[in-house]
Amino acid sequence: MTKNNEEPRIGVYVCHCGTNIAGVVDVENVATWAKEKLGTQGVVVSRDYKFMCSSLGQELIEKDIKEHNLNRIVVAACSPHLHEKTFRTATSNGGLNPFMCEMVSIREQVSWVHTDKVIATEKAKSMISGGVARIVHHEPLQPMSVPIHPATLVVGGGISGIQAALEIADAGYPVHLVEREPSIGGHMAQFDKTFPTLDCSACILTPKMVEAGNHPNINLYTWSEVEKVDGYVGNFVATIRKKARKIVEADCTGCGICQEKCPKKVIDDVFEAGLGYRKAVYTPFPQAVPNYPVIDVENCTYFEKGTCKVCEKFCPTNAIDFEQEDELISIEIGNIILATGYDLFDARKVSNYGYGRLANVFTSLEFERLTNASGPTGGEIVLRDGKTVPKSVGVIHCVGSRDKNYNEYCSSICCMQSLKFAHLVHERSGAEVYNFYIDIRTPGKGYDEFYLRLVEEGTNFIRGKVAEVSDTARNSEEEGKLIVQVEDTLVGKQRRIPVDMIVLSAALEPRADAKEVGKLFGISCSANGWLIERHPKLDPVATMTEGIYIAGCAQGPKDIPSSVAQGAAAAARVIGKIQKKEIELEPIRASVIEEKCSGCRICNNLCPFNAILFHEDRMVSEINPALCQGCGTCVAACPAGAIIGTGFSNEQVLSQIEGLLMLNIEAAATD
Amino acid sequence: MTELQTVDLPTTIPKHKKSLLSEVAARTAGKSNIEMCIQCGTCGGSCPSAADMDHTPRAIFALLKAGVRDEALRSNTPWMCVSCYYCTVRCPQDIHITDVMYTLKNIAVEEKIYTDSTAPDFSKTFINMVENYGRSFEVGLAGIHNLKHFIGRLPGMTPMVIGMLTKKGMPITPPKRIKGMAQLKKILKRAKELEAV
Amino acid sequence: MSDYIFYPGCAMESSARAYDISLKAISKTLGIGIKDVDDWNCCGATEYLSISATPAYALIARNLALASRQVNGSNTVMASCSACYLNLTKADHNMAVDPKFGIKINQALEAGGLSYQPGALEIKHILDIMVNDIGLEKIKSKVKRPLEGLRVAPYLGCMVPRPDYASRFSDAEQPVELDMLLESLGAEVVDFPLRTACCGGHMTQISPDTAFDLINRLVKAADDQQADLMVTACPMCQMNLDAFQGEMNHHFKTNFKMPILFFTQLVGLAFGYEASELGFGLELVSAKSALSKLGMKAPESDSAAKVKKPPKGELPMPAPLPKMPRSAEKEATQ
Ligand SMILES: Cc1cc2nc3c(=O)[nH]c(=O)nc-3n(C[C@H](O)[C@H](O)[C@H](O)COP(=O)(O)OP(=O)(O)OC[C@H]3O[C@@H](n4cnc5c(N)ncnc54)[C@H](O)[C@@H]3O)c2cc1C
Ligand code: SF4
Ligand code: SF4
Ligand code: SF4
Ligand code: SF4
Repeated sequence: MTKNNEEPRIGVYVCHCGTNIAGVVDVENVATWAKEKLGTQGVVVSRDYKFMCSSLGQELIEKDIKEHNLNRIVVAACSPHLHEKTFRTATSNGGLNPFMCEMVSIREQVSWVHTDKVIATEKAKSMISGGVARIVHHEPLQPMSVPIHPATLVVGGGISGIQAALEIADAGYPVHLVEREPSIGGHMAQFDKTFPTLDCSACILTPKMVEAGNHPNINLYTWSEVEKVDGYVGNFVATIRKKARKIVEADCTGCGICQEKCPKKVIDDVFEAGLGYRKAVYTPFPQAVPNYPVIDVENCTYFEKGTCKVCEKFCPTNAIDFEQEDELISIEIGNIILATGYDLFDARKVSNYGYGRLANVFTSLEFERLTNASGPTGGEIVLRDGKTVPKSVGVIHCVGSRDKNYNEYCSSICCMQSLKFAHLVHERSGAEVYNFYIDIRTPGKGYDEFYLRLVEEGTNFIRGKVAEVSDTARNSEEEGKLIVQVEDTLVGKQRRIPVDMIVLSAALEPRADAKEVGKLFGISCSANGWLIERHPKLDPVATMTEGIYIAGCAQGPKDIPSSVAQGAAAAARVIGKIQKKEIELEPIRASVIEEKCSGCRICNNLCPFNAILFHEDRMVSEINPALCQGCGTCVAACPAGAIIGTGFSNEQVLSQIEGLLMLNIEAAATD
Repeated sequence: MTELQTVDLPTTIPKHKKSLLSEVAARTAGKSNIEMCIQCGTCGGSCPSAADMDHTPRAIFALLKAGVRDEALRSNTPWMCVSCYYCTVRCPQDIHITDVMYTLKNIAVEEKIYTDSTAPDFSKTFINMVENYGRSFEVGLAGIHNLKHFIGRLPGMTPMVIGMLTKKGMPITPPKRIKGMAQLKKILKRAKELEAV
Repeated sequence: MSDYIFYPGCAMESSARAYDISLKAISKTLGIGIKDVDDWNCCGATEYLSISATPAYALIARNLALASRQVNGSNTVMASCSACYLNLTKADHNMAVDPKFGIKINQALEAGGLSYQPGALEIKHILDIMVNDIGLEKIKSKVKRPLEGLRVAPYLGCMVPRPDYASRFSDAEQPVELDMLLESLGAEVVDFPLRTACCGGHMTQISPDTAFDLINRLVKAADDQQADLMVTACPMCQMNLDAFQGEMNHHFKTNFKMPILFFTQLVGLAFGYEASELGFGLELVSAKSALSKLGMKAPESDSAAKVKKPPKGELPMPAPLPKMPRSAEKEATQ
């Protein structure tokens, strides 16, 4: 008997999911069993059906509700993650409150994890028995809705973050774009040409950067990082640390005199990938957005030794301010997009390739800078001595990728990037090029055509993962060269190929701080360290946390077209949310039964969402349903048992457990 | 010109295909991971003896996978392996290549299907000594072995041999037997029985 | 004073007596006690493993079983020969990761009334003990005669750094431990690129041409770097490079005269022992003239003079990974 004295009339639906469930669980048997054995609990209808989520399956529920006057529905199928919404809608279409439906996962928790059919069938029965026992105690709930703040926070100003910010801003909504470096642009700003069309990277990127910089709807925070995030979907509050630039932005004209005069030269490990220099006061590149510099206090002579201030002396507008402090800015936003990109694998770890030891071994990013017209050599492909043009170049694929010693995954862009390099060498120096590969992976529009073009250009493709690069010559032909030792697997012989220059196509890796960033925003990383999407196929830009989206290489290695597509996709999702103005929240909330509350205040500080307030006058606690996320911490903590969680009342949980234990599966197994 | 070797590739997937690979895996101590080979060639590229092998280690794994038993077991590849373990530490699939080479030698010895007996004989001479004394004995070992296999080399070696015996003062008499010789023999006897099952 | 259970291996009694003598000498200075595994037997080198796995591992495991009975305080077994070191580690490792195999080996041991619990012993190479247990600071403090003027090529070979079992103490390809030890003795250590290349192993007996090629590569590379001598941490490496250097020269019509010493001999020299107390003279390519440079300021050597190396220069080089023993690296990342 339920609370409102209404006799439970329950419909049980067992899904085959094609053979996904029916292949392991005897679904017909389960359905008949439920009707027979759970009739006393209120089961009046029990059916099995090929695909419950199909429209016919849903109609079945609707029809039964009307014909058999059902008031509760139990669907035994896949995980509620996938179809809880579907079946709640069907229940509601049948005329019931949607929360009078309970899903039992007999796919993820039964058929996919068991092979023994007898045990699986018995376990499915137990789980349904638990579901039936639970639903008896369900009560109609009303969904809650909260308003959505129209502003969006985009973290990371690479191409995917820029794209996302522009799409949202163009739709008329405010965006806060936070970038850690002094300029937006990300990795794409470092390249000269982009595959497969070889259009100039700056030519296509700079207009977008400028647009993002000038857009009336975009607040740009560069040289900044997000420090703290509170709240929940629709109503986040983020704290941004705007690091002291030591330059007064309002006064700086971007004339660049300070950079010119600064006596302190520093190796630029970020933008120039270690291949070039910058000053202690710098903008990373001429087209930087915004165009005012920063003083790198770790390397500035004044901050090191207390004297210098050359920049201050020469600055025509007095924009230098050595006393400037970090600023903390708090912003309100409704949604967040993380587009933090990737780091390049540290190729020094592959000691057999000699990077860091052998001068003319370069990484892919170093090579990008080498070919860039505004790079350290003005676009000349030369050796580390800065002048010798190589006569032969070896490009090594899969460095740090597809290798259990480093990263198991394929970095997906480096085959194309290696082909691009081969082409640039042909074009600029006419040197002989050897590409050492395991597999050529060029799936993408126009990509395989690009590969064939390189074959035609006369690239020497050698199938074999390079064993080692050394400068230890064995004969006169090898003297003064870098020798690539490799098995040419198509010939089945070991070869030693002397070249002048080596380029390592290093893996794309998750940002070194990806885990911390994930934690800050309440999302997790995969085993490899990439931020995890809600569903790898069907929901690639959402995450398990409502209101947090991911885009670009932060989610996994990908090329520019895909990064842009994801940026736009995340933006579309956010715009859709904002336009709804409100968001419906699960009415799973905790509430305090005032009469039972002893006023001990134990729950007050435990709530991770600060949702509990205390009424000093009446000495009782109360929970703000708009802030409560239904996590249940307080429910478990209350010594007086005064807090109940809707949808997870003691009655519901305990009777589900009882139901689960009704059958003795072990006995069934030994039969 | 070296003659091209023809390999009789089974036209259909041979019944023992799986068994050859798993036989080798099962006989390799520890975890060989041999089924994970992606044919990248890191091993063949790394191998200091590759030039003298009739197949690179990678090619051996392809043969094992294809079930070409005789060709794989007759190959001199495992016998040319110097146990440098370069391939093992570099293999992107964590395949214990050097250990697999030992296994292939074990099977070849058991089935007596090696082509050149120099290496197996050396190993056997060595273990004979160990089985009788519990210790090895370099001078005797080199002497017996070279008399058998490199008679022509001995004159060239003379200065070295003289140096070894005089300068280095290496003993020319066999080592003293270990005290637990009987115990060791029992252990080895039981081990051989266990290997056979 | 720390005590170690010592597994000397067969070569220490014959071809590598210099290793044994010098080790015993320096262990006095370092205050370490060395006690042999009682009635140890040959580890089978790479030979027994080639013939039959189970008896080969049983042979190795008898030593482990005997050593584990001698555990008294420290459970560290010290090995000097790299093949012995590898075999002991390998048996311990494979018995642990493959329990079925571990049981099989124990069944064999049982026939001799023995047993071994994998993981019971910590097996370490002398170099590991010197660098990581004793420490470079302590070693440095004992140096009485810095090896100034000696250009040394550090050569480790295969089986100390490889395979890369979790228990291994160094990088598998370019380890720095031996370099750092020699530097702490005051020697000039050349950046020897082939520090872990193969010496040829038993190929001197099986395919001499293969072996000569490998020996040639090593000696040539050290000579190209203008090293006065090479040091090793393995009897097999020492024997191949030293005893077969002449035959190799004959084969290639070269005339290298590269002395090959054990690293413990150099440690002993630096500690102030006389050459005669350290087994000098047992090497076939005499180290006499190389040692005469000891204490003399070496002329400014220009390694580029001898071999053409690719040019360095204008564009900045990436910083090399910091030079620290693997053990310190592990700590730093924890
Ligand atoms: C050598 C090389 C060549 C390539 N060539 C091509 C090519 O020719 N064509 C092609 O299609 N693709 C190419 N790619 C791939 C291309 O680089 C990526 O697809 C693209 O850059 C991904 O953009 P993104 O915005 O996701 O990430 P990124 O470009 O990495 O941008 C991420 C941004 O976020 C910022 N950031 C990171 N963490 C934080 C934080 N916590 N807070 C604030 N800001 C943060 C970073 O500073 C950066 O500006 C190449 C890749 C490499 C390595
Ligand atoms: S104070 Fe000197 S070193 Fe520092 S940024 Fe200004 S000019 Fe450069
Ligand atoms: S894309 Fe190509 S180079 Fe990059 S990891 Fe994959 S296979 Fe290797
Ligand atoms: S290195 Fe490993 S994966 Fe590559 S071919 Fe050799 S065994 Fe196979
Ligand atoms: S361990 Fe053997 S197979 Fe592997 S690289 Fe060394 S010699 Fe070649």
